[in-house]
Amino acid sequence: MAELDTSGGGHKKGPGVKKGKKLSTRVDLTPMVDLGFLLITFFIFTTTMSQPTAMKLLLPDDKVKPEEQNKAKESGALTILMGADNHIYYYEGQLKNDASNFLSASYNGENSIRDVILKKKAYVRSIAQDPNDPEHDLVVVIKPGQNCTYKNVIDILDEMSINVVKKFALVDVFDIEQQLIDKSDATATPSSN
Amino acid sequence: MGRAKLPRKSTTIDMTAMCDVAFLLLSFFILTTKFKPSEAIAVTTPSSVASKVAPNKDFVLVTIDKDGKVFLTIDDKQKREVVANSLNNTKNLGIDVAAFKSANFIGAPFSGLSSFLSLTEENRKGNLLPGIPCKDSTNNELIVWMQAVNEAYAGAKLDLLLKGDNLAKYPSFKGVLTAFKKNNIQKFQMVTNPENAPVGSELYKKAMSGEKQEN
Repeated sequence: MAELDTSGGGHKKGPGVKKGKKLSTRVDLTPMVDLGFLLITFFIFTTTMSQPTAMKLLLPDDKVKPEEQNKAKESGALTILMGADNHIYYYEGQLKNDASNFLSASYNGENSIRDVILKKKAYVRSIAQDPNDPEHDLVVVIKPGQNCTYKNVIDILDEMSINVVKKFALVDVFDIEQQLIDKSDATATPSSN
Repeated sequence: MGRAKLPRKSTTIDMTAMCDVAFLLLSFFILTTKFKPSEAIAVTTPSSVASKVAPNKDFVLVTIDKDGKVFLTIDDKQKREVVANSLNNTKNLGIDVAAFKSANFIGAPFSGLSSFLSLTEENRKGNLLPGIPCKDSTNNELIVWMQAVNEAYAGAKLDLLLKGDNLAKYPSFKGVLTAFKKNNIQKFQMVTNPENAPVGSELYKKAMSGEKQEN
């Protein structure tokens, strides 16, 4: 390692020549490098490289009269309901009286809500009448239950942009649906997200 | 016969170059780093595939913490003054405008606002404060706040952000949405962490084919 030479040039005097003491200018830089890298590590760890992003959401105007509201075709409607502990349920079209089409899904993994949305999309495409706009009838209705978290809502809204669903609505859950969610939540095993 | 003597090499390395590199990197990181401002309200945001960067100045931010408590941040100090004055006029709250201007966020019901403003900045911690009541539809004070904000930003562009915690329950989110809707605010942005589109999904294919993302 480079180090400060303190031995000097020695005092070897030649005959009749007086030599000045020559000190080396080399300094040991190792501690300085150590310090440099220590600080680098510190700044790498404290720096925030990724800036938070923003997700746009447009809310519908509530004041439209019921008769002016958009009507969704039953064949193209998919309702997603969110319960506590990352539970998620869905039904297609209208909820049957015996709730036989009230099915459960998961956020990811097997039987994920993404597959459900894609299946619905494929179905809507297959029965579409207008070939120019085959996904015209697809409407996803998102109904967050009383006990679901903000993350669940964002995840589903995100799912809409991931699967390029153009029409979706954030709607309040009906009492009957909330009861169904609560009942299913109680029997289902807690799942992780 | 004498053995060939290997010349003894010095083990000393010149550290100057390494030192140069180290300090070059160091200065890069010092210059690019931006310290996270110590946040009074601890919030872990969910992630989304949205790729638009959130605005970081002149925003109005509504924060929902993990207990569902709601806080309001107005970034522009001039607008804070306008909001405080208009609330003083309409609601007769007697807000200390100077204190209101220096407060980084608001997190108390109208009844507790004066004691909230008398706290020092260090003592205003999200977990200790009651937050703005908005879960109850009969007592949604955020509606009044948003109305004042709306008036203050009349004619100007309002960058409304919503930052929610992963664990916040939906009813408080709904309360905030109601407050927005009641004031005819239909457009806002939600702060999230960036995330890549899952491989194989439609958005992924779109991104791969070079199409620009809308949101």
